[in-house]
Amino acid sequence: MNKAKELDTPLQSLGQARRAQLLKFWHRFKRNKLGLLGLGISITLVLLAIFAPLLATHDPYEPALYERLTAPGAEFWLGSDELGRDIYTRILYGTRLTLFIVLLVILTSAPIGLLIGASSGFFGGWVDKVLMRITDIFLSIPKLMLALAFVAALGPGIVNAAIAITLTAWPPYARLARAETLAIRKSDYISAIRLAGASRFRIIFRHIVPMCMSSVIVRMTFDMAGIILIAAGLGFIGLGAQPPLPEWGAMISVGRKFIFDQWWVAAMPGIAIFVVSLGFNLLGDALRDLLDPHLRNR
Amino acid sequence: MSTKMINIKDLCVWFGEGQQRTQVLKNINLQIARGESFGLVGESGSGKSTILRTAMGLVEDYSGEISIDGINTRTGDYKALIRCAQMLFQDPYASLHPRFTVGQAITEVMKINAIDNHQQKMVDLLLSIGLTAEHQYRYPHELSGGQRQRVALARSLALEPDVLLLDEPTSALDASIQAEMLNLLNKLKQSLGLTYIIVSHDIAVVSYMCDRFAVMSQGKVVEILSREQLRSGDIQCEYTQKLIAASEY
Repeated sequence: MNKAKELDTPLQSLGQARRAQLLKFWHRFKRNKLGLLGLGISITLVLLAIFAPLLATHDPYEPALYERLTAPGAEFWLGSDELGRDIYTRILYGTRLTLFIVLLVILTSAPIGLLIGASSGFFGGWVDKVLMRITDIFLSIPKLMLALAFVAALGPGIVNAAIAITLTAWPPYARLARAETLAIRKSDYISAIRLAGASRFRIIFRHIVPMCMSSVIVRMTFDMAGIILIAAGLGFIGLGAQPPLPEWGAMISVGRKFIFDQWWVAAMPGIAIFVVSLGFNLLGDALRDLLDPHLRNR
Repeated sequence: MSTKMINIKDLCVWFGEGQQRTQVLKNINLQIARGESFGLVGESGSGKSTILRTAMGLVEDYSGEISIDGINTRTGDYKALIRCAQMLFQDPYASLHPRFTVGQAITEVMKINAIDNHQQKMVDLLLSIGLTAEHQYRYPHELSGGQRQRVALARSLALEPDVLLLDEPTSALDASIQAEMLNLLNKLKQSLGLTYIIVSHDIAVVSYMCDRFAVMSQGKVVEILSREQLRSGDIQCEYTQKLIAASEY
Protein backbone atom coordinates (compact mmCIF):
# COMPACT_ATOMS: atom_id res chain seq x y z
CA MET A 1 0.00 0.00 0.00
CA ASN A 2 1.17 3.56 -0.45
CA LYS A 3 3.47 4.93 2.11
CA ALA A 4 3.94 8.01 -0.02
CA LYS A 5 1.57 10.10 2.08
CA GLU A 6 3.62 9.39 5.12
CA LEU A 7 4.98 12.27 7.14
CA ASP A 8 5.34 15.09 4.63
CA THR A 9 5.68 17.55 7.46
CA PRO A 10 6.50 16.58 11.00
CA LEU A 11 3.81 17.46 13.52
CA GLN A 12 4.54 18.37 17.09
CA SER A 13 1.14 18.72 18.70
CA LEU A 14 -2.49 17.83 18.51
CA GLY A 15 -3.41 21.44 17.77
CA GLN A 16 -1.06 21.41 14.83
CA ALA A 17 -2.61 18.19 13.53
CA ARG A 18 -6.06 19.76 13.71
CA ARG A 19 -4.89 22.94 12.02
CA ALA A 20 -3.36 20.89 9.21
CA GLN A 21 -6.71 19.17 8.70
CA LEU A 22 -8.54 22.49 8.61
CA LEU A 23 -6.07 23.93 6.14
CA LYS A 24 -6.53 20.93 3.84
CA PHE A 25 -10.27 21.38 4.08
CA TRP A 26 -9.97 25.06 3.22
CA HIS A 27 -7.86 24.26 0.15
CA ARG A 28 -10.57 21.95 -1.15
CA PHE A 29 -13.30 24.44 -0.26
CA LYS A 30 -11.54 27.26 -2.12
CA ARG A 31 -12.03 25.51 -5.44
CA ASN A 32 -15.79 26.04 -5.28
CA LYS A 33 -16.33 29.64 -6.40
CA LEU A 34 -20.06 29.74 -5.62
CA GLY A 35 -19.31 28.31 -2.21
CA LEU A 36 -16.83 31.13 -1.63
CA LEU A 37 -19.53 33.61 -2.63
CA GLY A 38 -21.91 32.02 -0.12
CA LEU A 39 -19.24 32.14 2.58
CA GLY A 40 -18.58 35.77 1.67
CA ILE A 41 -22.25 36.67 2.04
CA SER A 42 -22.49 34.87 5.38
CA ILE A 43 -19.37 36.56 6.75
CA THR A 44 -20.58 39.94 5.50
CA LEU A 45 -23.87 39.36 7.29
CA VAL A 46 -22.03 38.74 10.55
CA LEU A 47 -19.78 41.78 10.08
CA LEU A 48 -22.74 44.02 9.26
CA ALA A 49 -24.51 42.84 12.39
CA ILE A 50 -21.46 43.54 14.55
CA PHE A 51 -20.68 46.96 13.08
CA ALA A 52 -24.26 48.10 12.42
CA PRO A 53 -24.00 51.25 14.62
CA LEU A 54 -20.86 52.37 12.77
CA LEU A 55 -22.28 51.79 9.31
CA ALA A 56 -25.72 53.23 9.94
CA THR A 57 -26.56 56.66 8.51
CA HIS A 58 -29.66 57.35 10.60
CA ASP A 59 -31.36 56.20 13.77
CA PRO A 60 -33.29 53.01 13.06
CA TYR A 61 -36.24 53.96 15.30
CA GLU A 62 -36.53 57.79 15.13
CA PRO A 63 -39.49 58.79 12.92
CA ALA A 64 -39.14 61.78 10.60
CA LEU A 65 -42.67 62.27 9.37
CA TYR A 66 -41.93 65.09 6.91
CA GLU A 67 -39.55 62.76 5.09
CA ARG A 68 -41.83 59.75 4.89
CA LEU A 69 -41.72 57.48 1.84
CA THR A 70 -38.76 59.22 0.22
CA ALA A 71 -37.40 57.44 -2.85
CA PRO A 72 -33.86 56.01 -2.73
CA GLY A 73 -31.31 58.78 -3.17
CA ALA A 74 -28.42 60.61 -1.55
CA GLU A 75 -30.16 61.18 1.80
CA PHE A 76 -31.85 57.79 2.10
CA TRP A 77 -29.73 55.28 0.17
CA LEU A 78 -32.48 52.70 0.01
CA GLY A 79 -35.38 55.10 0.57
CA SER A 80 -37.40 55.76 3.71
CA ASP A 81 -40.48 54.02 5.07
CA GLU A 82 -43.92 55.26 6.10
CA LEU A 83 -42.53 56.92 9.25
CA GLY A 84 -39.57 58.47 7.47
CA ARG A 85 -37.04 55.99 8.87
CA ASP A 86 -34.04 55.10 6.74
CA ILE A 87 -34.55 51.63 5.22
CA TYR A 88 -30.80 51.05 4.77
CA THR A 89 -30.22 51.59 8.49
CA ARG A 90 -33.18 49.43 9.41
CA ILE A 91 -32.00 46.56 7.19
CA LEU A 92 -28.57 46.92 8.77
CA TYR A 93 -29.99 46.59 12.27
CA GLY A 94 -32.29 43.85 10.99
CA THR A 95 -29.24 41.63 10.37
CA ARG A 96 -28.88 41.41 14.16
CA LEU A 97 -32.41 40.13 14.57
CA THR A 98 -32.01 37.71 11.69
CA LEU A 99 -28.76 36.32 13.03
CA PHE A 100 -30.18 36.14 16.54
CA ILE A 101 -33.15 34.07 15.40
CA VAL A 102 -31.06 31.85 13.12
CA LEU A 103 -28.45 31.13 15.78
CA LEU A 104 -31.01 30.58 18.52
CA VAL A 105 -32.91 28.10 16.37
CA ILE A 106 -29.82 26.28 15.08
CA LEU A 107 -28.16 26.06 18.48
CA THR A 108 -31.26 24.58 20.06
CA SER A 109 -32.70 22.38 17.32
CA ALA A 110 -29.48 20.71 16.12
CA PRO A 111 -28.38 19.43 19.58
CA ILE A 112 -31.92 18.27 20.40
CA GLY A 113 -32.19 16.45 17.09
CA LEU A 114 -28.71 14.98 17.42
CA LEU A 115 -29.35 13.69 20.91
CA ILE A 116 -32.70 12.14 20.03
CA GLY A 117 -31.50 10.70 16.73
CA ALA A 118 -28.22 9.28 18.02
CA SER A 119 -29.88 7.68 21.07
CA SER A 120 -32.64 6.31 18.90
CA GLY A 121 -30.21 4.73 16.45
CA PHE A 122 -27.79 3.48 19.09
CA PHE A 123 -30.24 1.87 21.49
CA GLY A 124 -32.71 0.59 18.91
CA GLY A 125 -35.67 -1.48 20.10
CA TRP A 126 -38.48 0.32 21.90
CA VAL A 127 -36.41 3.47 22.56
CA ASP A 128 -36.03 3.83 18.81
CA LYS A 129 -39.72 3.16 18.19
CA VAL A 130 -40.97 5.71 20.73
CA LEU A 131 -38.52 8.47 19.75
CA MET A 132 -39.07 8.00 16.04
CA ARG A 133 -42.86 8.04 16.34
CA ILE A 134 -42.62 11.32 18.26
CA THR A 135 -40.38 12.63 15.49
CA ASP A 136 -42.90 11.46 12.89
CA ILE A 137 -45.69 13.34 14.63
CA PHE A 138 -43.71 16.57 14.62
CA LEU A 139 -42.74 16.04 11.00
CA SER A 140 -46.32 15.46 9.91
CA ILE A 141 -47.55 18.84 11.21
CA PRO A 142 -47.00 21.66 8.71
CA LYS A 143 -44.07 23.75 9.91
CA LEU A 144 -45.63 27.18 9.71
CA MET A 145 -48.88 25.90 11.28
CA LEU A 146 -47.12 24.50 14.31
CA ALA A 147 -45.05 27.65 14.67
CA LEU A 148 -48.21 29.75 14.33
CA ALA A 149 -50.09 27.77 16.97
CA PHE A 150 -47.13 27.99 19.32
CA VAL A 151 -46.65 31.74 18.90
CA ALA A 152 -50.36 32.27 19.24
CA ALA A 153 -50.28 30.42 22.55
CA LEU A 154 -47.15 32.09 23.95
CA GLY A 155 -47.73 35.50 22.45
CA PRO A 156 -45.81 37.16 19.61
CA GLY A 157 -42.19 38.15 20.00
CA ILE A 158 -38.80 37.34 18.63
CA VAL A 159 -37.75 34.75 21.23
CA ASN A 160 -41.10 33.00 21.07
CA ALA A 161 -40.84 32.93 17.30
CA ALA A 162 -37.42 31.31 17.61
CA ILE A 163 -38.70 28.71 20.07
CA ALA A 164 -41.62 28.00 17.78
CA ILE A 165 -39.30 27.49 14.82
CA THR A 166 -37.05 25.23 16.91
CA LEU A 167 -40.06 23.09 17.68
CA THR A 168 -40.50 22.45 14.00
CA ALA A 169 -36.83 22.35 13.01
CA TRP A 170 -35.39 19.53 15.14
CA PRO A 171 -37.06 16.44 13.59
CA PRO A 172 -34.98 16.43 10.39
CA TYR A 173 -31.82 16.46 12.53
CA ALA A 174 -33.11 13.50 14.51
CA ARG A 175 -33.79 11.56 11.31
CA LEU A 176 -30.36 12.43 9.96
CA ALA A 177 -28.51 11.53 13.15
CA ARG A 178 -30.42 8.26 13.45
CA ALA A 179 -29.56 7.24 9.91
CA GLU A 180 -25.87 8.03 10.45
CA THR A 181 -25.86 6.22 13.77
CA LEU A 182 -27.47 3.11 12.31
CA ALA A 183 -24.81 3.08 9.62
CA ILE A 184 -21.91 3.17 12.05
CA ARG A 185 -23.09 1.57 15.28
CA LYS A 186 -22.08 -1.92 14.16
CA SER A 187 -18.80 -0.71 12.68
CA ASP A 188 -15.54 -2.08 13.97
CA TYR A 189 -14.38 1.17 15.51
CA ILE A 190 -17.50 1.40 17.63
CA SER A 191 -17.11 -2.29 18.58
CA ALA A 192 -13.50 -1.56 19.45
CA ILE A 193 -14.42 1.24 21.83
CA ARG A 194 -17.08 -0.97 23.42
CA LEU A 195 -14.33 -3.52 24.01
CA ALA A 196 -12.42 -0.77 25.78
CA GLY A 197 -15.29 -0.62 28.27
CA ALA A 198 -16.68 2.76 27.22
CA SER A 199 -20.06 3.68 28.70
CA ARG A 200 -23.00 4.13 26.35
CA PHE A 201 -23.01 7.82 27.16
CA ARG A 202 -19.36 8.11 26.14
CA ILE A 203 -19.86 6.10 22.96
CA ILE A 204 -22.74 8.29 21.86
CA PHE A 205 -21.20 11.65 22.69
CA ARG A 206 -17.54 11.11 21.93
CA HIS A 207 -17.65 8.55 19.16
CA ILE A 208 -20.99 8.64 17.36
CA VAL A 209 -21.96 12.31 17.51
CA PRO A 210 -18.71 13.51 15.87
CA MET A 211 -19.46 11.20 12.95
CA CYS A 212 -22.92 12.73 12.54
CA MET A 213 -21.53 16.26 12.64
CA SER A 214 -20.63 16.63 8.97
CA SER A 215 -24.14 15.81 7.76
CA VAL A 216 -25.59 17.97 10.52
CA ILE A 217 -23.43 20.96 9.58
CA VAL A 218 -24.51 20.67 5.96
CA ARG A 219 -28.13 20.42 7.01
CA MET A 220 -27.69 23.41 9.35
CA THR A 221 -26.42 25.61 6.56
CA PHE A 222 -29.38 24.74 4.35
CA ASP A 223 -31.71 25.21 7.30
CA MET A 224 -30.46 28.72 7.97
CA ALA A 225 -32.04 29.87 4.71
CA GLY A 226 -35.32 28.19 5.64
CA ILE A 227 -35.27 29.66 9.14
CA ILE A 228 -34.81 33.16 7.78
CA LEU A 229 -37.80 32.63 5.54
CA ILE A 230 -40.03 31.27 8.33
CA ALA A 231 -38.93 34.03 10.70
CA ALA A 232 -39.72 36.58 8.02
CA GLY A 233 -43.04 34.83 7.42
CA LEU A 234 -43.94 35.05 11.10
CA GLY A 235 -42.86 38.69 11.11
CA PHE A 236 -44.96 39.33 8.02
CA ILE A 237 -48.16 38.06 9.63
CA GLY A 238 -47.35 39.98 12.78
CA LEU A 239 -46.42 37.07 15.05
CA GLY A 240 -42.66 37.48 15.00
CA ALA A 241 -40.70 40.56 15.93
CA GLN A 242 -42.99 43.41 16.96
CA PRO A 243 -42.78 47.02 15.76
CA PRO A 244 -40.71 49.07 15.93
CA LEU A 245 -38.07 46.30 15.65
CA PRO A 246 -36.55 46.36 12.17
CA GLU A 247 -37.22 42.71 11.37
CA TRP A 248 -37.13 42.09 7.62
CA GLY A 249 -40.40 40.18 7.37
CA ALA A 250 -42.24 42.81 9.39
CA MET A 251 -40.75 45.54 7.18
CA ILE A 252 -42.09 43.81 4.07
CA SER A 253 -45.46 43.51 5.73
CA VAL A 254 -45.57 47.28 6.30
CA GLY A 255 -44.39 47.95 2.75
CA ARG A 256 -47.26 45.90 1.32
CA LYS A 257 -49.55 48.91 1.70
CA PHE A 258 -47.39 51.01 -0.59
CA ILE A 259 -46.19 48.33 -2.95
CA PHE A 260 -47.43 50.01 -6.16
CA ASP A 261 -46.29 53.58 -5.51
CA GLN A 262 -43.37 53.19 -3.11
CA TRP A 263 -41.97 49.80 -4.15
CA TRP A 264 -38.72 50.19 -2.21
CA VAL A 265 -40.37 49.90 1.18
CA ALA A 266 -41.15 46.21 0.59
CA ALA A 267 -38.53 45.43 -2.06
CA MET A 268 -35.38 46.38 -0.11
CA PRO A 269 -35.89 44.03 2.85
CA GLY A 270 -37.11 41.44 0.33
CA ILE A 271 -33.82 41.68 -1.52
CA ALA A 272 -31.95 41.38 1.78
CA ILE A 273 -33.82 38.17 2.61
CA PHE A 274 -33.17 36.84 -0.88
CA VAL A 275 -29.43 37.56 -0.82
CA VAL A 276 -28.88 36.09 2.62
CA SER A 277 -30.91 32.94 1.88
CA LEU A 278 -29.04 32.50 -1.37
CA GLY A 279 -25.74 32.94 0.44
CA PHE A 280 -26.56 30.25 2.99
CA ASN A 281 -27.78 27.90 0.28
CA LEU A 282 -24.61 28.34 -1.78
CA LEU A 283 -22.50 27.75 1.32
CA GLY A 284 -24.56 24.67 2.14
CA ASP A 285 -24.11 23.28 -1.36
CA ALA A 286 -20.36 23.72 -1.21
CA LEU A 287 -20.14 22.14 2.24
CA ARG A 288 -22.27 19.22 1.14
CA ASP A 289 -19.96 18.53 -1.79
CA LEU A 290 -17.06 18.34 0.66
CA LEU A 291 -18.61 16.78 3.74
CA ASP A 292 -21.37 14.44 2.64
CA PRO A 293 -20.07 10.98 3.52
CA HIS A 294 -22.07 9.47 0.67
CA LEU A 295 -20.44 11.72 -1.92
CA ARG A 296 -16.98 11.58 -0.43
CA ASN A 297 -14.56 8.75 -0.94
CA ARG A 298 -12.56 7.32 1.89
CA MET B 1 -9.53 -22.62 38.26
CA SER B 2 -8.39 -24.71 35.37
CA THR B 3 -4.97 -24.25 33.87
CA LYS B 4 -6.62 -23.45 30.54
CA MET B 5 -6.62 -19.78 29.59
CA ILE B 6 -9.70 -20.00 27.40
CA ASN B 7 -12.53 -22.46 27.85
CA ILE B 8 -15.35 -22.68 25.37
CA LYS B 9 -18.06 -25.16 26.28
CA ASP B 10 -21.02 -26.15 24.12
CA LEU B 11 -21.14 -22.79 22.40
CA CYS B 12 -24.11 -22.28 20.09
CA VAL B 13 -24.77 -18.91 18.46
CA TRP B 14 -27.77 -17.64 16.54
CA PHE B 15 -28.13 -14.66 14.23
CA GLY B 16 -31.37 -12.91 13.39
CA GLU B 17 -34.73 -12.91 15.08
CA GLY B 18 -38.02 -14.78 14.78
CA GLN B 19 -38.37 -16.65 11.53
CA GLN B 20 -34.97 -15.44 10.35
CA ARG B 21 -33.15 -16.84 13.36
CA THR B 22 -30.47 -19.20 12.13
CA GLN B 23 -27.85 -21.09 14.05
CA VAL B 24 -24.36 -20.13 12.98
CA LEU B 25 -22.30 -22.03 15.56
CA LYS B 26 -23.09 -25.56 16.71
CA ASN B 27 -21.70 -26.98 19.94
CA ILE B 28 -18.21 -25.61 19.85
CA ASN B 29 -15.85 -26.98 22.49
CA LEU B 30 -12.33 -25.60 22.70
CA GLN B 31 -9.66 -25.38 25.39
CA ILE B 32 -6.69 -23.15 24.87
CA ALA B 33 -3.71 -23.18 27.17
CA ARG B 34 -1.93 -20.16 28.60
CA GLY B 35 0.69 -18.91 26.16
CA GLU B 36 -0.62 -20.98 23.29
CA SER B 37 -1.28 -19.74 19.77
CA PHE B 38 -4.46 -21.37 18.61
CA GLY B 39 -5.73 -21.10 15.05
CA LEU B 40 -9.21 -21.20 13.62
CA VAL B 41 -9.34 -22.01 9.91
CA GLY B 42 -12.21 -22.42 7.55
CA GLU B 43 -13.99 -20.91 4.63
CA SER B 44 -15.74 -17.58 4.98
CA GLY B 45 -19.07 -17.98 6.69
CA SER B 46 -17.92 -20.95 8.74
CA GLY B 47 -18.27 -18.97 11.97
CA LYS B 48 -14.62 -18.40 12.87
CA SER B 49 -14.91 -14.71 13.62
CA THR B 50 -18.21 -15.24 15.41
CA ILE B 51 -16.41 -17.24 18.09
CA LEU B 52 -14.16 -14.25 18.80
CA ARG B 53 -16.98 -11.73 18.75
CA THR B 54 -19.04 -13.88 21.10
CA ALA B 55 -16.12 -14.28 23.45
CA MET B 56 -15.82 -10.48 23.65
CA GLY B 57 -19.53 -9.98 24.31
CA LEU B 58 -20.30 -8.44 20.92
CA VAL B 59 -22.82 -11.19 20.15
CA GLU B 60 -25.65 -11.69 22.61
CA ASP B 61 -27.78 -14.53 21.30
CA TYR B 62 -25.80 -17.57 22.41
CA SER B 63 -25.93 -20.58 24.68
CA GLY B 64 -23.10 -22.46 26.33
CA GLU B 65 -20.24 -20.99 28.26
CA ILE B 66 -17.07 -19.08 27.51
CA SER B 67 -14.53 -18.22 30.12
CA ILE B 68 -11.26 -16.38 29.70
CA ASP B 69 -8.78 -16.66 32.55
CA GLY B 70 -11.63 -17.87 34.73
CA ILE B 71 -13.87 -14.91 33.93
CA ASN B 72 -17.20 -15.99 32.52
CA THR B 73 -17.94 -13.73 29.57
CA ARG B 74 -21.65 -13.64 30.29
CA THR B 75 -21.80 -13.34 34.05
CA GLY B 76 -18.29 -12.15 34.87
CA ASP B 77 -17.04 -8.63 35.42
CA TYR B 78 -16.84 -7.01 31.99
CA LYS B 79 -14.14 -4.54 33.04
CA ALA B 80 -11.97 -7.41 34.21
CA LEU B 81 -12.67 -9.35 31.04
CA ILE B 82 -11.57 -6.58 28.70
CA ARG B 83 -8.40 -6.01 30.68
CA CYS B 84 -7.67 -9.69 30.25
CA ALA B 85 -8.64 -10.13 26.61
CA GLN B 86 -8.74 -7.79 23.63
CA MET B 87 -9.57 -8.24 20.00
CA LEU B 88 -7.89 -7.07 16.80
CA PHE B 89 -10.29 -6.57 13.92
CA GLN B 90 -9.86 -7.73 10.38
CA ASP B 91 -10.19 -4.52 8.41
CA PRO B 92 -7.76 -1.80 9.47
CA TYR B 93 -9.72 0.67 7.33
CA ALA B 94 -12.84 0.16 9.43
CA SER B 95 -11.48 -0.37 12.91
CA LEU B 96 -10.05 3.10 13.60
CA HIS B 97 -12.30 6.07 14.30
CA PRO B 98 -11.77 8.53 11.42
CA ARG B 99 -11.95 11.60 13.69
CA PHE B 100 -9.42 10.44 16.28
CA THR B 101 -5.72 10.86 15.81
CA VAL B 102 -3.61 7.79 16.44
CA GLY B 103 -2.61 9.14 19.84
CA GLN B 104 -6.17 10.00 20.82
CA ALA B 105 -7.44 6.58 19.76
CA ILE B 106 -4.94 4.85 22.05
CA THR B 107 -5.15 7.20 25.03
CA GLU B 108 -8.97 7.11 24.85
CA VAL B 109 -8.86 3.42 25.77
CA MET B 110 -6.59 4.13 28.74
CA LYS B 111 -8.65 7.12 29.88
CA ILE B 112 -11.81 5.01 29.96
CA ASN B 113 -10.06 2.51 32.20
CA ALA B 114 -8.47 5.17 34.40
CA ILE B 115 -4.88 4.26 33.60
CA ASP B 116 -2.41 6.95 34.64
CA ASN B 117 0.39 8.39 32.60
CA HIS B 118 -1.36 7.53 29.36
CA GLN B 119 0.61 9.96 27.23
CA GLN B 120 3.91 8.26 27.98
CA LYS B 121 2.46 4.76 27.74
CA MET B 122 0.91 5.58 24.37
CA VAL B 123 4.27 6.69 22.98
CA ASP B 124 5.91 3.52 24.34
CA LEU B 125 3.23 1.43 22.65
CA LEU B 126 3.76 3.19 19.33
CA LEU B 127 7.48 2.52 19.54
CA SER B 128 6.93 -1.11 20.48
CA ILE B 129 4.84 -1.79 17.40
CA GLY B 130 7.33 -0.14 15.08
CA LEU B 131 5.89 3.35 14.63
CA THR B 132 7.39 6.61 15.86
CA ALA B 133 6.21 9.06 18.51
CA GLU B 134 5.47 11.46 15.69
CA HIS B 135 2.70 9.19 14.37
CA GLN B 136 0.49 10.05 17.34
CA TYR B 137 -0.66 13.22 15.61
CA ARG B 138 -1.69 11.46 12.42
CA TYR B 139 -5.24 10.68 11.43
CA PRO B 140 -6.00 7.16 10.15
CA HIS B 141 -6.51 8.35 6.58
CA GLU B 142 -2.92 9.57 6.55
CA LEU B 143 -1.58 6.08 7.22
CA SER B 144 -1.14 3.00 5.05
CA GLY B 145 -3.09 -0.20 5.70
CA GLY B 146 -0.16 -1.83 7.47
CA GLN B 147 0.38 1.20 9.68
CA ARG B 148 -3.28 1.31 10.55
CA GLN B 149 -3.26 -2.32 11.55
CA ARG B 150 -0.27 -1.61 13.80
CA VAL B 151 -2.17 1.25 15.40
CA ALA B 152 -5.16 -1.02 15.96
CA LEU B 153 -2.78 -3.52 17.51
CA ALA B 154 -1.32 -0.85 19.78
CA ARG B 155 -4.82 0.11 20.86
CA SER B 156 -5.70 -3.48 21.71
CA LEU B 157 -2.50 -3.72 23.76
CA ALA B 158 -3.24 -0.50 25.64
CA LEU B 159 -5.01 -2.36 28.46
CA GLU B 160 -2.13 -4.82 28.77
CA PRO B 161 -4.25 -7.92 28.08
CA ASP B 162 -3.06 -11.50 28.44
CA VAL B 163 -5.12 -12.74 25.54
CA LEU B 164 -5.39 -11.32 22.05
CA LEU B 165 -8.12 -12.50 19.73
CA LEU B 166 -6.90 -11.82 16.20
CA ASP B 167 -9.55 -11.75 13.51
CA GLU B 168 -7.76 -12.25 10.18
CA PRO B 169 -4.98 -9.89 11.27
CA THR B 170 -3.28 -9.85 7.88
CA SER B 171 -5.92 -10.61 5.28
CA ALA B 172 -6.47 -6.95 4.41
CA LEU B 173 -2.75 -6.32 3.98
CA ASP B 174 -0.33 -6.71 1.08
CA ALA B 175 1.70 -9.90 0.98
CA SER B 176 4.91 -8.02 1.78
CA ILE B 177 3.43 -6.42 4.88
CA GLN B 178 1.72 -9.64 5.99
CA ALA B 179 5.00 -11.25 6.95
CA GLU B 180 6.11 -8.12 8.84
CA MET B 181 2.85 -8.12 10.76
CA LEU B 182 3.07 -11.82 11.65
CA ASN B 183 6.64 -11.43 12.86
CA LEU B 184 5.61 -8.45 14.96
CA LEU B 185 2.82 -10.52 16.49
CA ASN B 186 5.26 -13.33 17.28
CA LYS B 187 7.71 -10.91 18.84
CA LEU B 188 5.02 -9.33 21.01
CA LYS B 189 3.81 -12.75 22.08
CA GLN B 190 7.31 -13.61 23.27
CA SER B 191 7.96 -10.36 25.09
CA LEU B 192 4.51 -9.95 26.65
CA GLY B 193 3.64 -13.60 27.20
CA LEU B 194 0.39 -13.37 25.29
CA THR B 195 -2.10 -16.07 24.38
CA TYR B 196 -3.45 -15.83 20.82
CA ILE B 197 -6.47 -17.09 19.00
CA ILE B 198 -5.84 -16.41 15.33
CA VAL B 199 -8.67 -16.60 12.84
CA SER B 200 -7.61 -17.05 9.25
CA HIS B 201 -8.71 -18.57 6.01
CA ASP B 202 -5.07 -18.98 5.09
CA ILE B 203 -3.54 -22.30 6.15
CA ALA B 204 -0.06 -20.91 5.60
CA VAL B 205 -0.62 -18.13 8.14
CA VAL B 206 -2.00 -20.54 10.69
CA SER B 207 0.72 -23.13 10.25
CA TYR B 208 3.34 -20.41 10.65
CA MET B 209 1.79 -18.90 13.76
CA CYS B 210 -0.06 -21.64 15.59
CA ASP B 211 0.82 -24.67 17.66
CA ARG B 212 -2.65 -26.12 17.22
CA PHE B 213 -5.63 -25.18 15.15
CA ALA B 214 -9.27 -26.08 14.64
CA VAL B 215 -10.74 -26.57 11.20
CA MET B 216 -14.25 -25.21 10.95
CA SER B 217 -17.00 -25.80 8.46
CA GLN B 218 -20.61 -24.65 8.58
CA GLY B 219 -20.53 -23.66 12.21
CA LYS B 220 -18.86 -26.81 13.48
CA VAL B 221 -15.34 -27.75 14.43
CA VAL B 222 -14.55 -30.67 12.16
CA GLU B 223 -11.05 -31.39 13.36
CA ILE B 224 -8.36 -30.12 15.72
CA LEU B 225 -4.83 -30.56 14.41
CA SER B 226 -1.37 -29.81 15.69
CA ARG B 227 1.32 -28.26 13.54
CA GLU B 228 3.16 -31.60 13.43
CA GLN B 229 0.07 -33.38 12.19
CA LEU B 230 -0.34 -30.80 9.45
CA ARG B 231 3.28 -31.19 8.37
CA SER B 232 3.24 -34.98 8.41
CA GLY B 233 -0.10 -35.06 6.64
CA ASP B 234 -1.75 -36.98 9.46
CA ILE B 235 -5.24 -35.75 8.68
CA GLN B 236 -8.40 -37.72 9.32
CA CYS B 237 -11.16 -35.52 8.09
CA GLU B 238 -11.99 -35.33 4.40
CA TYR B 239 -12.97 -31.66 4.56
CA THR B 240 -9.61 -30.70 6.04
CA GLN B 241 -7.79 -32.60 3.32
CA LYS B 242 -9.75 -30.70 0.69
CA LEU B 243 -9.06 -27.38 2.37
CA ILE B 244 -5.36 -28.06 2.56
CA ALA B 245 -5.22 -29.32 -0.99
CA ALA B 246 -6.98 -26.14 -2.14
CA SER B 247 -4.47 -23.93 -0.34
CA GLU B 248 -1.47 -25.55 -1.98
CA TYR B 249 -2.02 -23.90 -5.31
